[in-house]
Amino acid sequence: MLADIVAVLSSACLLLGAFLIISGAVGVLRFPDFFTRMHAAGVTETLATTLILLGLMLLAGWSIMSFKLLLILLFILITSPVASHALTKAALHGKLQPLVDEKNER
Amino acid sequence: MKHCLSLAFVLMVLWLGNSGYYSPLFLSLGALSVVFAVWVSHRMDVVDHESQPLHLSGHISFFYCWLVGKIILSNIDVVKRIWLGNKSISPCVARLPLSQKTDMGKVIYANSITLTPGTVSMDIEGATVLVHALTAESIAELKGDEMNRRVSDLEL
Repeated sequence: MLADIVAVLSSACLLLGAFLIISGAVGVLRFPDFFTRMHAAGVTETLATTLILLGLMLLAGWSIMSFKLLLILLFILITSPVASHALTKAALHGKLQPLVDEKNER
Repeated sequence: MKHCLSLAFVLMVLWLGNSGYYSPLFLSLGALSVVFAVWVSHRMDVVDHESQPLHLSGHISFFYCWLVGKIILSNIDVVKRIWLGNKSISPCVARLPLSQKTDMGKVIYANSITLTPGTVSMDIEGATVLVHALTAESIAELKGDEMNRRVSDLEL
């Protein structure tokens, strides 16, 4: 009984994570410029990876494997904003002008 | 000293969690490598309040719980806008004030901005951070200063 619930929960997490990764990929293709595409990529590196790893942790149960998956999650959550920041900063220093909506210009 | 102890504890947990072999030989080899790693980092002078931010550990778990909620909400928002298409976004750039006093506080704030999808910190200059946002609403939310205030509270 409990095993069934865990199986359903983990499949739900994995499916939702997969959907978010597809959404992120669509966003990267769809959005107009580099900086807006970064935001789409942000979806895949935060909630999507969290859900996928959570789903795998539920499958693994209370074992050393879950601890390793938790460590992977922590490292991704710590390093991915650093990588995003480095990319945007490099783009900014390379004189790439962000596309700005006319409504927001002052 | 307490920073060295905390580093040793973290390394020990990492070693125990990743090895999975608990025979006396492996345990003593693990202890030896932990001691060696702590000694080398101590000699390199990298064991301090920046690499082992013990003074933050009390309040930071509450902050991360709050941040996880924010991340989930902004993820839903960005995914909605991805499927609605380019008409639903209004990208903008703004310079926001930083009220954190320490470098650690500034890094936590800038990282939290980048970690929530829809906003990316582009640059930190003095006491301001340059933010690129997918929508004007998310900039307005950051200007509401809640995240800034919560990170500043961590420093106390």
